[in-house]
Amino acid sequence: MKFEFDNNIPIYIQLVEQLKIYIVSGKIKLGERLLSVRDLALQTKVNPNTMQKALMELEALGLIYTERTNGKFVTNDQKLIDKYRKECADELSNKYFISMESLGFDKIEVMEYLKNLGGDK
Amino acid sequence: MELVKCTDVNKKFGKKHVLKNVNLTIPRGKIVGLLGKNGTGKSTLIKLINDMLTPTSGEILINGEHVGVESKKIISYLPERTYLDKTNTVDKVIEYFEDFYENFDSVKARKLLKDLELDTKQKLAKMSKGMQEKVQLVLAMSRKADLYILDEPLGGVDPATRDYILDTILTNFNEGASVVISTHLIADIERILDEVIFIDKGEIILQSNSDELRKKENGSIDEIFRRMFKC
Repeated sequence: MKFEFDNNIPIYIQLVEQLKIYIVSGKIKLGERLLSVRDLALQTKVNPNTMQKALMELEALGLIYTERTNGKFVTNDQKLIDKYRKECADELSNKYFISMESLGFDKIEVMEYLKNLGGDK
Repeated sequence: MELVKCTDVNKKFGKKHVLKNVNLTIPRGKIVGLLGKNGTGKSTLIKLINDMLTPTSGEILINGEHVGVESKKIISYLPERTYLDKTNTVDKVIEYFEDFYENFDSVKARKLLKDLELDTKQKLAKMSKGMQEKVQLVLAMSRKADLYILDEPLGGVDPATRDYILDTILTNFNEGASVVISTHLIADIERILDEVIFIDKGEIILQSNSDELRKKENGSIDEIFRRMFKC
């Protein structure tokens, strides 16, 4: 796990976003046990307290849960993961449409552009 | 109980009022950045906490006790300027530290020195300034202390090594211990800080959690600092 950080945005928010992507993409699997807070902090080179805060946020979102004495685990709820995956994809797409709009493409032109770019199988 | 508690601390050098009514606490388990321009009282404050200067008035408690022999045992201090006898080899300095500090871990020190590719048979005088700084940081971080106080630990160190040093700080402070880092190289260090303390003209301007400050002021700590203390 290697994360890049932008000093302008709270580090824990960036951690939440990046860990979320790890989970919804399946890089960390359904029901998988997470490393300890300290080890996760070391791997991602952040302060353990910041990692703790990010994990609390993910837990509030329901994406991870704590088993007392056993550690933290990724949720087993595939539906929830799908929901967050869609949310991430929507957000990314919106950003893309906005950037393309600034280049003068309207939505239909963007779709056309993508189709030509991707090869229309 | 707070690890460090300063109450109404003043320090005057003759007519010069260097620290004015400083009130601050440093909790356990945090990495705290002490940030201020040159000559604003950072090092003076650090020296007071290390019992190398006495306050003109006010009180400094470490673990609830006045500073003194006991507090020196639990504080590992990296001073701004070197205090080691440069005619010694690194090996010799490690021996001194083993004799002098009960909580010095020479195995750890040797491992870190090896990672940094420093030759322990070399005399300090033969090393570059940056290499000497690395040696001293390794020595400071190899003590099992409750509080690490690092005065400008990155000053003479190249950017590539700065990352290694930040990692060393992150990996080597024990759970429950705290680290105070004084620096003006804020951009390099801000990602590992829990809290920041801004000091200017001898006064504490603010103490805040770093992520909360980023959120509130909408920018990096470095940027907020520059905005606040623009000349």
